[in-house]
Amino acid sequence: MTAALSLAEISKSYFGVPALTGISFDLEPGRLLGLVGQNGAGKSTLMNVLGGVVAADAGQMQLFGRPYAPRRPADAKANGIAFIHQELNLFGNLTIAENIFVADFPRRRGLVDWSSARSRAAKLLQMVGLAMPPDTLVELLSPGERQLVEVAKGLSVEPQLVIFDEPTTSLTARETTQLFALIRRLKSEGTTIVYISHNLGDVLALADDIAVLREGQLVAQGRATDFDIGKMIKLMIGRDIDALFPPRHSASPGAVLLQAQGVTRRGAVDNVSLSVRAGEIVGIFGLMGAGRTELARLIFGLDTMDSGQLALPDGVPRHRVTPQMAIAAGLAFVTEDRRQEGLLMNAPIADNLVLASLREFASGPGLVDDTASLAAAREMARRLSIEARDIAVQPAKTLSGGNQQRVVLGKWLMVDPRLIILDEPTRGIDIGARYAIYEMIDQLASAGRGLILISSEIEEVMAMSDRLLVMSEGEIVAEFQRSAWSRELILRAAFREAEAA
Amino acid sequence: MSSAQLTEQRHQQGAPAARWLKRILLSDYFVLYLTIAYFLGVAVFFPALVEPRNLSNQLANVWPLAAAAIGETFVLLIAGIDLSIGATMGFASVAGAVVMTSAADKLLLGGSPLWGTLLGETGGVLANHPAAAAVAILVMLVAGMLIGALSGFFIARFRLPAFMMTLVALMFFSSAAVWITQSQNIVNLPDSFTNLGAGDVVSVYFGEKATPEIKRRDILPLVTYPMLITTGLAVLAHLLLTRTTFGRYVYAVGINRKAAAVSGVPVGRVIVAVFAIAGLCAAVAGILYSARLEGGRPTIGGGSALLDIIGATVIGGTSLSGGKGKIAWTMVGVLFFVLLSNTLNYMRLSAFHIDMVKGAVILAAALLDVLRTRLLQRDAL
Repeated sequence: MTAALSLAEISKSYFGVPALTGISFDLEPGRLLGLVGQNGAGKSTLMNVLGGVVAADAGQMQLFGRPYAPRRPADAKANGIAFIHQELNLFGNLTIAENIFVADFPRRRGLVDWSSARSRAAKLLQMVGLAMPPDTLVELLSPGERQLVEVAKGLSVEPQLVIFDEPTTSLTARETTQLFALIRRLKSEGTTIVYISHNLGDVLALADDIAVLREGQLVAQGRATDFDIGKMIKLMIGRDIDALFPPRHSASPGAVLLQAQGVTRRGAVDNVSLSVRAGEIVGIFGLMGAGRTELARLIFGLDTMDSGQLALPDGVPRHRVTPQMAIAAGLAFVTEDRRQEGLLMNAPIADNLVLASLREFASGPGLVDDTASLAAAREMARRLSIEARDIAVQPAKTLSGGNQQRVVLGKWLMVDPRLIILDEPTRGIDIGARYAIYEMIDQLASAGRGLILISSEIEEVMAMSDRLLVMSEGEIVAEFQRSAWSRELILRAAFREAEAA
Repeated sequence: MSSAQLTEQRHQQGAPAARWLKRILLSDYFVLYLTIAYFLGVAVFFPALVEPRNLSNQLANVWPLAAAAIGETFVLLIAGIDLSIGATMGFASVAGAVVMTSAADKLLLGGSPLWGTLLGETGGVLANHPAAAAVAILVMLVAGMLIGALSGFFIARFRLPAFMMTLVALMFFSSAAVWITQSQNIVNLPDSFTNLGAGDVVSVYFGEKATPEIKRRDILPLVTYPMLITTGLAVLAHLLLTRTTFGRYVYAVGINRKAAAVSGVPVGRVIVAVFAIAGLCAAVAGILYSARLEGGRPTIGGGSALLDIIGATVIGGTSLSGGKGKIAWTMVGVLFFVLLSNTLNYMRLSAFHIDMVKGAVILAAALLDVLRTRLLQRDAL
């Protein structure tokens, strides 16, 4: 039987650093391959090679027995390969139908055939289970609905091979069930599928075959029945790791560090009240768009509240907060997006470390004591074991994700904060480096600091929090104590609003 | 083997000459080397240009341009641009001259909106007053600073693009200066002011001048008031950028405005202050030009002045994308630019040709910045 997709010794390196080394496998038609690996294991590079985004340095590919060497993304599409991306590449100002056919509108006598476009779009929407008229503007859709439009767009070319890249991150439970049903139906109709996900349970449930990538190499491949989650984790990490999370050392909660009352910003955060005590880790869980980051930005003064009141660690109730006030009162904010909001990527590591605490090294008319600030930065880099050649000259962008996150944490530890807000602190960081960050979070709480841990990974908030708040559509919909929660209860609370709608 | 690997290998095995070239290209002092090399070239091919008289003249051209370019450096560092520097120079020049002039011609200035109130046949309000020059200088500095702060306020508060806001300021204040003066120059400025432009503190004796007609000694100004003023301004600006929290904040805002805001940098105040500094520097340039030309002129910052200011700053190596630049680079850029203009003038090119060549040189400087950034990034990987 001819393989649907066959790779032979595919290699690719960037500037001499290998991203893929000698990848070979065959995927039979009508089967689903689950592709797993840590961030940076080479999944994206492999998909980019397959999609014609980058060319392999060596190796051959065959598609249904024919040699396949795409030079540009259009070649992949012409050969019947559809990519369904996790980043949403949709135009909010266009309708669903326009988005689906944006690259290739159905035409009649040279003009766009709108009625055909609409009816075909309606059929595709029905297939993916999205009950929306094709004329709906995409900006009116929820993240989950947009993901389904992305799927419909991928299927519009009637592909023979479909590649799903993390398709469920923004889907509700019901939408996920629907998507899985669709994937199974596509498979039963003979479509070959590659499914990439960090959710190993999903992969195990869907896949016929599983391939594990680590450091650009295919470290395991076989029938899904030969794998379990523990085995996959071990293969992905490459060494035995007992647990993904360190043990928590709970401290008895101390003074109240943050008291929020009725905090509201129209369209984002609705009447949120919460408090955080010293020594406590308060988790905030919710789906994408639930308002978690927006709440953190309000607390830190990056956005202004429409109504409500905040008492920061200094105890003064305020209606208006600025980041300077928040920092002076003992707050720190590790943002979700390191590149955009966390670091000065082009500036040396040392400059990043001292940025928030610069005033403490200044005297008189703002003269900075360079020697003292650099010494303090070096001390912090040593304390957090930031791996760099010379922090005084090396730009932050040269560091790995884990080390970059340590720089962000170090910047905040230098202001000696009493309450730290962590927004997705382990996003894009591999499992080994995550463990170190979890340990640091635990130590900070033990040392009497208050922490707010925002995450969309339920395992993470369950392992690290003392108390958990669940947000949905800008509101806090549930609060759980560590002793009284379960995965199911938390998820049900997070999906409550979405399911009812 | 991939093309990337090949380039990489070529890189490492590259001939010593190529590596040496790369080192120079990536050096902080690249433009300085270039300027020295250019100067030596000029000395060989156009010996007339390195005669003391010409050098002394060219040096006099450096100082006002440098003052304006220092201001532009601050703005470029926060990834902004100030198109209104020339207009600010003109407006400040007129504002100061109106205060201190000791006589005005009704035929020329009678149509001015200030005629009869702030300006009359007997000059401005402080005509012939002993403190006229001092007050006028203060007026000019404050006017420049206010114009800059106003632009900065709109840019910070309403998030207007700097390009847009300073273009508006350019149109508004250059027109206002022309309106106030009815396109005339305001002359009859006190000597205490005009001395600032010409006054030489240290002159150099170059021996008997060998002209056939009259034998006379050749004494050329070397250290002048403009030199002292601009050098002082440059030293202050350098210290402000490298030694203070404000300086660090300027670079942080230029590299990543959002991350700076999250880290507690008062981004809005930094932006307003930077544009106010740029306006202040423009006013200093306006003072130096007005003193040298002995009059308040609405057009001193017109024509290709803006091209010269931004061009010299960019040639110095300050990046248009923010966060990268130094006052020392800008000073070298100005030297190079003045030297270039001088050569082009000496070659008797028309003004149009000169601007065409200058444009090409600025393009080369911008391309060079891109190339350097790429080389540095490759090294970092």
